[in-house]
Amino acid sequence: MPHACHLCHIELEHVSVSRGGQELLHDVSMHIHCGQLTVLIGQNGAGKTTLVRALLGELKSSGSIRHVNEHGREVPHLVTGYVPQHLEFDREMPVTVADFMAAAFSRRPVWTGVGRKTREEIRQALSEVEAADLVDRPLGRCSGGEIQRVLLALSMHPAPDLLVMDEPVSGMDVNGLQLFLDTVMSLRKTHHMAILLVSHDLQLVREYADHVVLLDKTVLCQGQPDYVFESPEFHRVFGGGEAV
Amino acid sequence: MQSIYALLGALPLEAMQFDFMKRALLAVLLLTPLLGLLGTMAVNQQMAFFSDALGHSALTGIGLGIILGVGNDLVSMLVFGILWALLISVIKRTGAASADTVISVFSSTSVALGLLILSAGGGFAKYSSLLIGDVLTVKEQDLMWLLLALLGGVGLWMAMYNGLLLTSINPSLARSRGVKTRLWEAGFVVLVAVAVMLSIRWVGVMLINALLILPAAAGRNLARSARQHALWSVGIALVCGVAGLLAAYSLNTSAGAAIVLCSAVCYGVSLLVRSVRKG
Repeated sequence: MPHACHLCHIELEHVSVSRGGQELLHDVSMHIHCGQLTVLIGQNGAGKTTLVRALLGELKSSGSIRHVNEHGREVPHLVTGYVPQHLEFDREMPVTVADFMAAAFSRRPVWTGVGRKTREEIRQALSEVEAADLVDRPLGRCSGGEIQRVLLALSMHPAPDLLVMDEPVSGMDVNGLQLFLDTVMSLRKTHHMAILLVSHDLQLVREYADHVVLLDKTVLCQGQPDYVFESPEFHRVFGGGEAV
Repeated sequence: MQSIYALLGALPLEAMQFDFMKRALLAVLLLTPLLGLLGTMAVNQQMAFFSDALGHSALTGIGLGIILGVGNDLVSMLVFGILWALLISVIKRTGAASADTVISVFSSTSVALGLLILSAGGGFAKYSSLLIGDVLTVKEQDLMWLLLALLGGVGLWMAMYNGLLLTSINPSLARSRGVKTRLWEAGFVVLVAVAVMLSIRWVGVMLINALLILPAAAGRNLARSARQHALWSVGIALVCGVAGLLAAYSLNTSAGAAIVLCSAVCYGVSLLVRSVRKG
């Protein structure tokens, strides 16, 4: 069981997910703290994306997922920001970054144009992730790293209590990766939100994570990076963790 | 209505001396913008084959309407078209086969079933006009229906576009932002079904899909943003609609075919422009 604490957090208690008679997640209990980067690691098929989908409400789960404030009281509404792994879309589609973000920010149909106020909001959101110059670029002409920054900017509006990122850095070059993670870490500080990151890059996890959760259908081990990386469970799953 | 007729009659065009041509022109002006708008999403979501199958299902709709004793062809086509569109979407989503296979199965089944029913007793000849349509037979009452369809369709399109755009880019992301992805996707196929079925008597089963897809496909080659895509698509649909109708009058040929050919020329030009731009 995770230890009790006095900070706001997202609390998962005995969360299980079944689909088609098969249990995909079993009895997962963990806390995702505000102002911390919690990283979910595990082999392919360990249930990481299933847990993300349960947190987003896309998959039905048993147990409880609660947002608890610093006084230990439940906050009824959890605002979740989501950065998907990658966007698989038609790159020839005539849709600019501003169109894409305005579709989420505003009720005005994007095919009638993007209003001045919405455009200003979009520009501000993009400058927070150092991507203001992308505003008029067609979405299909952005690189993988640029799209992830656009998605990060989008996920920050409205300001989320919990930011969920499912392998957002796969396929990014080293510079893009560094810029993306530095931006995430600075947003973590300024917005004091809880961040859950799914990652395969163990080197990265050790460098950036505040809390690591090792998953294999259930939580095998969790704690500070060094504690998890030196645990027998980690060595069993990753065979000594030679990647680190 | 008389004042609109008088206005059209004042145009320096020989074709506008006839009331049937005035009604045809009004029908084209009411039909093409909605098809042009809906076409942008159909093209972006690679649904050209789907809307083609939908057009073919009109024959089955009429056939089943006759068997069930429904007096109004349009009602049979609309109800069947909507159900057919929703059924294709549901089966496509189950992933039982690739999308083009599912659509092909549905398309050929509906054509065969429609032909089987309508040609029973050798009576298909009276339905053959459905295949090529005739915009010159539009009546004033039809124009009212087309106006209602345009207003209702554009209204719905304004409400559902943003959610659909997010869904087409990433459904999980759309759902995380509160978009009811299934509802909007179903709403879109129903809207396409209604627009296609309302147009089919004037444009014909064989050409209706071209009217939905060609202007949007040409617009896509020229546009950089969603707004430009809508403007180009509707603009090309309107211009080709009017030009095709007038050309058909001069050449004494099918209006639907002339409109589609005009759109095809626009598509060819847009391809050229695109390749020049890309250098």
